[in-house]
Amino acid sequence: MDVVALSRLQFAVTSMFHFIFVPLTLGLSIMVAIMETRYVRTGNELYLAMAKFWGKLFLINFALGVVTGITLEFQFGMNWAEYSRYVGDIFGAPLAIVATLAFFLESVFIGVWIFGWNKVSKKMHAVAIWIVALASNLSALWILLANGWMQHPVGFVLRNGRAEMVDFMAMITNPYGLLKFAHTVVSGYVVAAFFVLGISSWHLLRNSRPDFFKVSFRMGAVFGLLSIFLVLLTGDFHAVEVAKTQPAKFAAMESVWETKAGAGMNLLTIPDPAQERNAVEAVTIPKLLSYLAYHQPDAEVKGLKEFPKEDRPPVLPVFLSFRAMVGMGFFMTLLTFLAVFVSWRGTVEKHTLLLRILLYSIPVPYIANQLGWIVAEVGRQPWIVYGVLKTSDAVSTSISVAQVTGSLIGFTLLYGLLGFVDIFLLVKYARKGPDGDLSALIQAARKEV
Amino acid sequence: MTFQIIWFILWGILWAVYFMLDGFVLGAGMLHRFLGRNDVERRVIINTFGPVWDGNEVWLVTAGGATFAAFPTTYALMFSYLYTALLLLLFALIVRGVCFEFRGKLEGDRWKGLWDSAIMVSSFLPALLFGVAFGNIFQGLPMDAAGYHGSFLSLLNPFGLLTGALFVLLFLVHGSLYLTVKTEGELSARALAAANRFWPVLLIVAAVFLVAASPATRLDDNYLSFPLLLVVPLFAVASLVMIRISTARGKLLTAFAASCCTIVLVVATGLVGLFPSLIPSVIDPIYNLTIYNSSSSEYTLKIMTAVALVFVPIVIAYKIWVYRVFRAKITLQDVMEDEHSY
Ligand code: HDD
Ligand code: HEM
Ligand code: HEM
Repeated sequence: MDVVALSRLQFAVTSMFHFIFVPLTLGLSIMVAIMETRYVRTGNELYLAMAKFWGKLFLINFALGVVTGITLEFQFGMNWAEYSRYVGDIFGAPLAIVATLAFFLESVFIGVWIFGWNKVSKKMHAVAIWIVALASNLSALWILLANGWMQHPVGFVLRNGRAEMVDFMAMITNPYGLLKFAHTVVSGYVVAAFFVLGISSWHLLRNSRPDFFKVSFRMGAVFGLLSIFLVLLTGDFHAVEVAKTQPAKFAAMESVWETKAGAGMNLLTIPDPAQERNAVEAVTIPKLLSYLAYHQPDAEVKGLKEFPKEDRPPVLPVFLSFRAMVGMGFFMTLLTFLAVFVSWRGTVEKHTLLLRILLYSIPVPYIANQLGWIVAEVGRQPWIVYGVLKTSDAVSTSISVAQVTGSLIGFTLLYGLLGFVDIFLLVKYARKGPDGDLSALIQAARKEV
Repeated sequence: MTFQIIWFILWGILWAVYFMLDGFVLGAGMLHRFLGRNDVERRVIINTFGPVWDGNEVWLVTAGGATFAAFPTTYALMFSYLYTALLLLLFALIVRGVCFEFRGKLEGDRWKGLWDSAIMVSSFLPALLFGVAFGNIFQGLPMDAAGYHGSFLSLLNPFGLLTGALFVLLFLVHGSLYLTVKTEGELSARALAAANRFWPVLLIVAAVFLVAASPATRLDDNYLSFPLLLVVPLFAVASLVMIRISTARGKLLTAFAASCCTIVLVVATGLVGLFPSLIPSVIDPIYNLTIYNSSSSEYTLKIMTAVALVFVPIVIAYKIWVYRVFRAKITLQDVMEDEHSY
């Protein structure tokens, strides 16, 4: 492999690894903040125990989110020097802003939250976790505006042999970036909801601390149902934006080869990229694709053949990832709906099959998140900045195959090891359950309900 | 254009503050196995910086981001030229970041011993590598129109290693003083003894550095043209001496403050000499990367200046608040009773 291929692989490995931990941070910070707020409001210590138990898992996850982020920040310069030089004038700004606005807040107030239980007032302590939650989501906004700019570059001119920013407002109101932000953070909330649901299910199946975990379960279910609904909604709008700005990616997502007005959607498609056609197209719903792409049933959908071969993204990974992501979205909608239903009926522990499915579904939203990034990033190829700069022109010229091979192996080993330890600790502490004797708290909670 | 100068100054401040703040965490990390004689003492040491280390590290993230936004060409070339050194630095920072969280999560001497060693190595490496990197930047990199002609091994030249040693010693003194101030009793006394033992070595290395800098680098050009600038290194030396005077008088907080000043002024000494270059070329000054040929457009710099002027003071304000919240000394009792500490 050459330096470009290796650097791409390394970026994919390191950013996807970062994104194992990021979504849980985005969602669980909010859930813990809600728990602690309830404690401050009601004085019911059950919520305090919840904030502490889920907070501990949050912190184990958070540690890896932080350290893997630093790699990404450095990597643009290390591996993508030509890219950094060419677009740094506009792309560097959001990266510097995310640190000043968000990372400082996040890292300072997480310290207050971990160590401040006896040092600041109850209220201030709850405010600290709210600030962490807010700052995480704020960091996502700026990073995704940066990524949104690569997907749909705006507010710049080509001058002095590089892209120079001329309109900051255009960049921070880029609809592509804002949609990406909305879709990505709510996807993170879904991860957190399934995390809470799954772990609660494990305990409920064993009848360990049922009252504690029933309350957690209910919260996960409601949070999950709301979030997955938003995921589907934002995803739909996102697809419209993609069809408008990156028609080649949209065509690859749906494996559409011929341009067609009033295009239908095939529920079953088997692409055959070698022949530039689909081997199987079945169960067609008329006009649906045109509707999904443009929210108009008779709109024209561009096919892949419209684009020169070298400007098309690889079809199979984009198509399959998109299908699987959407499929998982519907699957999770069903699950959270059932979870809310049984929780509302108060019969959670009787539905052992549902509990078991929820337990094994913890990885599903994680996988959907990773697949989403494959759609977005692989689908953008061969461009690194859509329509402006090709990925193959973006790589550092001063690094060698040996260097990148070494770093790729190093990252894989180190991340593999740390990821293993982290998951081991998460499982251990998730199984252990909340600390202390809860029977008194649970009595109190009963009375209150 | 004045915005380029403003950003050179801001860039310098970001690095200086980063070294001042992470310096004591790195220093304490290098020493915690030796100063902490048992698990509880080691936990005390980790908990002295527990609430703040992550916030301190973000100054590095910001320095990196600011380099990208304000001087993209420098960011691109510096990071890709120093690929292997930065990679090692990243690995060390990654390991250090998880150590604190992981160490206390399981019982057992082997588990904790493993993370204790990891903390030591992953604190030492960044200190050394930052020094080596800055030493080489002060000297200039072998680069011309065709690109970079050095390698990782060529960074490990005598002056680079000397600067590495300078950074390691600065942080060792800084970290020991921090622990002196933040702990009590025997542990505090041990940390003070360590600071006093490292101080003369630091003094010697700093002197050698100042003498060697003149033949090895062009840092003295600016000082020769504007002798008034010599106050910067002079104050650096003065605050270095001040450290020892204060410890001798038992004024420990003053000693730590002096050590903060020393670090900031050492960085300032280097950057004043460097100006207006960000990375000089040893091959020919026409290939120097300067604030003029590697900066962003004026429009971008203006926006970034506005962002920095509004938000950096806010950051500083809440950081001061947090340091005040956690100003108390950490005692053995604290870590044994507090279930939330590391
Ligand atoms: C959608 C959200 C999202 C995305 C796409 C990314 N990150 Fe991230 N990042 C976060 C959301 C986040 C976070 C939730 O804010 C983290 C995770 C855990 C944490 O502590 O903060 C974080 C941590 C984090 C840190 C550590 C901050 C600290 O020390 O406290 C850095 C330097 C980065 N990230 C940088 C990046 C870069 C350069 C990315 C682009 C490739 C990137 N992140 C993608
Ligand atoms: C954390 C979530 C992210 C994930 C999981 C992710 C995933 C990926 C993947 C899979 C690739 C490889 C694509 C290929 O080579 O075919 C890639 C490439 C890349 N992505 Fe992302 N990405 C993420 C966020 C970002 C963000 C936020 C940015 C910019 C701000 C970004 C910039 C890049 C760059 C520069 C490359 C390398 C060039 C390329 O191959 O396209 N990525 N990413
Ligand atoms: C009906 C269901 C869904 C639709 C229509 C949809 C739509 C999309 C589209 C069009 C993209 C590509 C954006 C681009 O190319 O830049 C995308 C990306 C993504 N999706 Fe989905 N999605 C759905 C469900 C989900 C689910 C269930 C998850 C995870 C829980 C998820 C997580 C992501 C992520 C993390 C990305 C990458 C970031 C981004 O580009 O926004 N999506 N989605």
